[in-house]
Amino acid sequence: MSPGFAHLPVVPIVVPLLAAAVLLFLAERARALRVAVASLSIVAQLVTAAVLLALTTEAFPDIWSQGVGVYAIGGWRAPFGIVLVIDRLTGLMLLLTAVVALAAFLNSLAYWDRVGPHFHALLQLLLMGVNGAFLTGDLFNLFVFIEVLLAASYGLLLHGSNTQRVRIGLHYIVVNLAGSLLLLVGVSMIYGITGTLNMADLPARAAALPAGDRTLFDAAAAILGVAFLVKAGAWPLNFWLPGTYAAASAPVAAVFAILTKVGVYALLRLGSLVGSADALAHVEGTALLRPELFRGGLYYIGIATMGFGIFGTLAAQQLSRLVGYSVIVSSGLLLTVMGLDHAPLLAPALFYLVGSVLATSAFFMLTGMTGRAWRTPSRPLAGTGEPAPLPTAGYVPFGVRQSPAVPEEDAVVGVAIPAAMAFMGLMFAFCVLLVTGSPPLSGFIAKFAILSVAIHAAQSAPWAAAGWLLVAVTLAAGLASLIAFTRIGMRLFWSATGRNTPRLRLLEAGPVAVLVLLCIGMTIAAGPVMAFFDATAQSLRAPRIYIDTVLAEGATR
Amino acid sequence: MEVLFALAIGVLAGSGVWLLLRPRTFQVIVGLGLLSYAVNLFIFGMGRLTIGRAPIVVAEQGIDAALHADPVPQALVLTAIVIGFATTALLLVVLLAARGLTGTDHVDGRESR
Repeated sequence: MSPGFAHLPVVPIVVPLLAAAVLLFLAERARALRVAVASLSIVAQLVTAAVLLALTTEAFPDIWSQGVGVYAIGGWRAPFGIVLVIDRLTGLMLLLTAVVALAAFLNSLAYWDRVGPHFHALLQLLLMGVNGAFLTGDLFNLFVFIEVLLAASYGLLLHGSNTQRVRIGLHYIVVNLAGSLLLLVGVSMIYGITGTLNMADLPARAAALPAGDRTLFDAAAAILGVAFLVKAGAWPLNFWLPGTYAAASAPVAAVFAILTKVGVYALLRLGSLVGSADALAHVEGTALLRPELFRGGLYYIGIATMGFGIFGTLAAQQLSRLVGYSVIVSSGLLLTVMGLDHAPLLAPALFYLVGSVLATSAFFMLTGMTGRAWRTPSRPLAGTGEPAPLPTAGYVPFGVRQSPAVPEEDAVVGVAIPAAMAFMGLMFAFCVLLVTGSPPLSGFIAKFAILSVAIHAAQSAPWAAAGWLLVAVTLAAGLASLIAFTRIGMRLFWSATGRNTPRLRLLEAGPVAVLVLLCIGMTIAAGPVMAFFDATAQSLRAPRIYIDTVLAEGATR
Repeated sequence: MEVLFALAIGVLAGSGVWLLLRPRTFQVIVGLGLLSYAVNLFIFGMGRLTIGRAPIVVAEQGIDAALHADPVPQALVLTAIVIGFATTALLLVVLLAARGLTGTDHVDGRESR
């Protein structure tokens, strides 16, 4: 390995941490400097993620053997020391995080970052947690990074606090604290039984367990699974989700779109690794995890989540809640596909994951703009280019001093776009097509790929009933969200009452357009993109490479 | 000792869950505190309950795992205590803010009728 790349895997953790530390010490008044530091950090993360992803592909075969990079943080050997591991899936998630973060960051510059203190520092800490959770190869570190991202997300949710945000934030924090306790119980139980916290070391240790400990290991895995399902927003552990996403400010909700996928990622990763323990145990003639029970459970939880999402989308009256429910639907579809455990479904599911994160993120930012257009005009928002009134009450209980006065018209921040309504309508139409999976955009391609594999699989015995159920529920979810979005879209764009055309700023509208353009790009280049996801799914199905590389890296040090 | 330890965890966790399901924010936060005590004890117990064994390898005793306590759960429990403490403090601030903004200590921000 060339020395230049040796320390690259730790960059996505160190850079946002340093940036957050620096940002804390910069005065709120030095806004240009703060924005410069924050944008430098996010761009650095974007570049690093892109390079890391490129290094895991076949394009650079000599840097990391077989596309798996291992970084031992303390220089200790792999099963004992803590390692960061980067493979295709990790690289993909890092890049996705950086793209969404950059979009939300730019969007926040138009208005939201000045509403309260320390927005940029919190965003950087959130990114550090998310990147770390994707990178780590150690179960306890996974807990720590999830805790970091949650702590930052509490602050971001309360950003620009008003009564509703504080009330919802209370629920969100309590639910996640309880979920974290479950995560701790699961992790420590797994350590107590197998004696290892390293995710690559786990499968072999688990396969070698005596018969009496197997039930305990099952229980530990189940507790861990429940903790991740809380994060992923699976029914019945997701009642906090729509309210939270609706209450958060637009750029915050846009970043939150990636948070549920951290839970999905953890389930995917551990499912892939522990699944290989299954294979090991099968060789010895005993089933370890009773996979049909575990997978079956995940499948039905996914179906139930989608069902809940369908009813939620039909019942939702607010656009932001509706988008929140479509996050639930997408989580449900991913869990269902993972539970079905049919190998060819994995690549389309990854395509769907990436597409749905980009689309919901864009949609949340768009929601912020439409929300401004239809707010009851307590102050004249239109024409003057004045931002919405500051929620001043929120600062008093925190004892935080007022944020600096928002300038009336910030020349640096961009120009007003004419025909704002046309833009918003167009973006709304694109986002609806993407989220509901209607042709011709990438949402349709992902859903079509999933459905075609599922229908094909349903012809043969083991997946017959489950496959058809998946097809039916997926189609029903698409139809329900199409109905719901059409209804709300008609109310928003075609009814003229109480509407005032907002002046959009380039910084606010640009990121939405860029994310939608990325989705369109995924549609046009669907062939190569799907080939890439196929390779990613391939690497997930062959976890031996991951395990061997991590453990071998430790042995050679 | 194992029975006593298990009972302590059970009582703490049971009380914690009961309080967590109560409608007042103060009860919820005390419940979370009790639950995190239970979980911390549980993590500690995962290193096996031993008496009079140091987690540090002493050269004279030789390298025999049976003579030593497992240091990893002790490190884990320290981390868990610190993180739990910090997040509980954060929750306390939000709780006070909610009390100030809504004028009630009900978790929903309004009294149930």
